[in-house]
Amino acid sequence: MKRRSLRASLEIEETSPESIVLRLKGDWTRDYAGSAVRQLDRFCKRSDIGSSSVMFDFSEVDSIDSAGMVLIVKSINRLVKKGCTVAVDNATEEQERLLVFHRKNFRAKKISSKAGDSLGISSLIFGKVIDYLRGIGDFLVFVGELSHYLFMTILKPGTLRVRAIVKHVELSGVKALPIVSLTSFLVGLVVAYQGAEQLQKFGANIFIVEMVSISVFRELAPMITAIVIAGRSASAYTAEIGTMKITEEVDAMRTMGFEPVVFLVIPRMLALMISLPLIVFFADMVGVFGGMIIADLHLDISFTEFIDRMHAEVPLKHIVIGLIKAPVFGMVIAAIGCFRGFQVEGSTDSIGNYTTISVVNAIFWVIALNALFSVILTEIGI
Amino acid sequence: MREKVIVVEDVVTRFGKNVVHDGVSFSIGRGEIYGLLGGSGSGKSTLLREMIMLQRFDKGEIYVLGKRLRGISSADAESLRRRWGVLFQFGALFSSLSVLENVGVTLREYTDLPRSVIDEIAQTKLKMVGLPPKAAALYPSELSGGMKKRVGLARALAMDPELLFLDEPTSGLDPASAEAFDRLIVELRNMLGLTVVMVTHDLDTIKHALDRFIILHNKKVLIEGTYEEAVGYEHYAIRDFFKIEG
Repeated sequence: MKRRSLRASLEIEETSPESIVLRLKGDWTRDYAGSAVRQLDRFCKRSDIGSSSVMFDFSEVDSIDSAGMVLIVKSINRLVKKGCTVAVDNATEEQERLLVFHRKNFRAKKISSKAGDSLGISSLIFGKVIDYLRGIGDFLVFVGELSHYLFMTILKPGTLRVRAIVKHVELSGVKALPIVSLTSFLVGLVVAYQGAEQLQKFGANIFIVEMVSISVFRELAPMITAIVIAGRSASAYTAEIGTMKITEEVDAMRTMGFEPVVFLVIPRMLALMISLPLIVFFADMVGVFGGMIIADLHLDISFTEFIDRMHAEVPLKHIVIGLIKAPVFGMVIAAIGCFRGFQVEGSTDSIGNYTTISVVNAIFWVIALNALFSVILTEIGI
Repeated sequence: MREKVIVVEDVVTRFGKNVVHDGVSFSIGRGEIYGLLGGSGSGKSTLLREMIMLQRFDKGEIYVLGKRLRGISSADAESLRRRWGVLFQFGALFSSLSVLENVGVTLREYTDLPRSVIDEIAQTKLKMVGLPPKAAALYPSELSGGMKKRVGLARALAMDPELLFLDEPTSGLDPASAEAFDRLIVELRNMLGLTVVMVTHDLDTIKHALDRFIILHNKKVLIEGTYEEAVGYEHYAIRDFFKIEG
């Protein structure tokens, strides 16, 4: 059934200044009424219709829905306010009924804006500062709670959630091995490749061994690993805990006497503290292997020569320093990821926000801590 | 005989080996308030999801507003979706949008009405479902469960649907709010000529709002009819369902 569809329009018929007929035509539905909005608006704004009687004639309306009704009701109200007498003519029984229903339920747009929208810039800045300070305070409280329960766990090792720890070692550690080894391999390769050019100029080819090994063991492997894990696991922890907060799982745990810090945070944290040194060691090996390949191809240093030289010239302390940093990074990544998860509130939007914040924070703190380590260790001469 | 808005014929649904529906048939006439009842796990929500094309069924046919859902073209599906409104059990409001934006979202997407008119239509729908003006500026996370349902209903009504699907509209509401909600549904049906299909457990809703219903039991339709007809029917499942003593 093909029905003619006509855009809504308005015909104004002024028999005398006192009596005006508005003939409504066409489809007054949400799809077609848009064209009549301005016509109606212009009519209602006219200043010469102060005390006229206005008749809305429905006889040529093909169809009308709530969008059309709202438009008409709005105009009727505006005209009545101006002092016009308004009547409706030729409406079907159904249109009449809908009109009454929509007049009863009509509500003008005005929405009370929330308090605080119109505050000045100074209070805006003030509010941000307060929020920021409160954030720091919350984090300190979280760290306090965490230390408390960690201490309790050390006192009573039986309460440790071993299964959960193993699960998180697998999820955050073992499954990260492919991506960590790929990145680490490429970094080792690139460092050696760029270094090879320069060393060749001095004829100091063999120093490629110290250059690659020390930089990878001491700085690159721990940093690359921590950054990859921060991106993978901090986000996962925030999203997991955030979702649990929204679905009230965290509250449910509290009511059952399961302390969320013990059940959710400590296993994740210990898992990262255990797995990060292991992954870093793996990354050390893969990164140096990348360097060995370049040394072999570009500088004619065979694998055995490389390893002999490394054994003779590279002290063990460089590997140890890298491995000592790793659990610290793991602890920070897990703490930030979980803390941001607990901050999630209310809506699903907030999960996205806090996940972003958590990854950015975690990566920043990994880099900042690494710088701190570097300065302190160099100052004390290690 | 009234025009049939929804016809369900011999629907079979399986989840793996688990058979949920085994030959379910019934039909819903225009202007009816129709209930899908049954115990937990009887597949009534699944049936509702099948009618609104969120869930596939294995055998049988479902016709909605004259369209056959099996193998429906995407254009037909699109136009069907604009002719019905759905209220989900917990409202399913978009959490990034305010209440007013939630109600107006389909109008904004599908029509070229000016923003101010859309806001007024949305406000009018909000008043229809009995929400105060100040609720319009709130976000879903700031609403109570009952308010979420009302906003969900206003959103479902935004496009003037012919068909309204409600999933447990009164669950989680206090008795007074539940009763008001039932009255609202009946009033909207009378005023706007809607056909309403709802999944419900609420005895008061069943008695006071539903015209007819089916009770699903043991993968089949146990009975189709009115409350009076169902009460007169001797079956343990029905007695259990209506909590009839003896």
